[in-house]
Amino acid sequence: MTHTPATASKTDPNILISFDGVSKWFDNFQALRDINLLVKQGERVVVCGPSGSGKSTMIRCVNQLETHQRGVIHVCGREVYGNMKELEKVRREVGMVFQSFNLFPHMSILENVTLAPVRNIKLSRGEANEIALHYLERVQIADQADKFPSQLSGGQQQRVAIARALAMKPRVMLFDEPTSALDPEMINEVLDVMTELADEGMTMMVVTHEMGFAREVADRVVFMDEGRVEENCSKDEFFTGGRGERAQIFLSKILQH
Amino acid sequence: MRQIHHEIPFLAKLLGVASVRHPRDPASAQIARSLWQITQAIILFAVIAWLIHAGAAAMEYRWQWYRVGPFFYRIIDGEFIPGPLIKGIIVTLKLAAISSVLSILIGALTAIGRLSNSIAGRAIATTYLEIIRNTPLLVQLFMFYFVLAPIFGIDRFWAGVLCLAAFEGSFAAEIIRGGIQAVERGQYEAGDATGLSKFDKYRYVIIPQALPLILPPLTGLLISLIKHSAIVSVIAVAELTTEGLNLISDTYMAFEIWFIVAGMYLVLTTSLSVLVNILEVKMNRAR
Repeated sequence: MTHTPATASKTDPNILISFDGVSKWFDNFQALRDINLLVKQGERVVVCGPSGSGKSTMIRCVNQLETHQRGVIHVCGREVYGNMKELEKVRREVGMVFQSFNLFPHMSILENVTLAPVRNIKLSRGEANEIALHYLERVQIADQADKFPSQLSGGQQQRVAIARALAMKPRVMLFDEPTSALDPEMINEVLDVMTELADEGMTMMVVTHEMGFAREVADRVVFMDEGRVEENCSKDEFFTGGRGERAQIFLSKILQH
Repeated sequence: MRQIHHEIPFLAKLLGVASVRHPRDPASAQIARSLWQITQAIILFAVIAWLIHAGAAAMEYRWQWYRVGPFFYRIIDGEFIPGPLIKGIIVTLKLAAISSVLSILIGALTAIGRLSNSIAGRAIATTYLEIIRNTPLLVQLFMFYFVLAPIFGIDRFWAGVLCLAAFEGSFAAEIIRGGIQAVERGQYEAGDATGLSKFDKYRYVIIPQALPLILPPLTGLLISLIKHSAIVSVIAVAELTTEGLNLISDTYMAFEIWFIVAGMYLVLTTSLSVLVNILEVKMNRAR
């Protein structure tokens, strides 16, 4: 019997995310081509690549905001596909941060963070508030707890979004271009929070163009192009030349300035 | 001078100049222009009134406005006795109120059906919408009264209520569905990503954001339901239009009574929409 990633993820509790031969189509356009990928407990994986290369699609397949059509994805020991009850369980172990924050505009910051714990694991209001304030403090925004998202800057909103995801105490955090919609002066406050999170040992999968962040934080860099994983190597290998031509061209383009 | 400056914008506002305002116009010119426009409207109405009066005179119609009082109410021995028009408008209100509630219910269920993943739910909702939208309301009413009512043993009032609810429900369904679908996709994704159940996602994330989009057109629909309710006069439900018809066959005062009936609908619907507008402004301010 061959030792595929899928079988490995069922037996090895240290593997939190596994892609095994995953493909996805949007109508006739193939967005993902035969993706194979493992993310282990405590690993920080940065996914980069030109726009349209499928990196967002791939990360969104992890919690099935996009569904794949071929292959198998395991997350935290469960196969994600179809079954809504199973999927809800997976989503409660996987936090996600979006490019456009997607905070709930009709709720205060505190309510944004407490909604999932209160509804999903039936915490009491008091317990949930306590947890929420704890995480809001960690992203240094507890003093804004009673405001509404529209009253906050982009960087502040993104930090709230991180606290919202953390409040479910996830085992993995997914970041889908978390700084791309931010004004330049706000990028660092978000990256700082993410770096801190990484230092605490959180398993993270991050789609980003911030190569400085990748250099500092990543264990591994995945480079994608045209729906394929072109490179999947350690950070050092990636930044010191052990990379293919496409990655070379991509890096030279975004590091020019 | 200061006094005038203070008063001119107020007058302008009163006359509704703001909408036709030209930025270079001095305020006095604006007032002159709106006075002229009001005069135009008055002249137009006067011409129409004269035409009706002249036409009625030519056919030797005898206006008997003095007789209409008791059609509304009479007071006998200090006791208030409602006339047919008051009785009729109460039935109209009852009819509209019950079918409003039912049509919102039907609309919500249909919207859920259309948005659901269930093939049966979508099929039922779509069939209902297509049938209601592609058959005449009058035929629907006859179906309810002559077919469904005898089968299920319901009286004419409830046949009218159910027919109106089914008809308006199809419009309510599209308003509700449109409002729900207008909520940004990122909100659905954020709800999903935090692991909310489908019910919680709609209850706490989507519906609260859809409601402000749904309520204004929905209240408009319910107000227009009052007008549409006149159609149940063809199955002789004793509402305002039926009472009007009955009065005419008793008194032959067709002109007076149709003016009065139309006026009563007009007063009812306009005052309701003014009320709804006030509520909306208050709600927006509270937010």
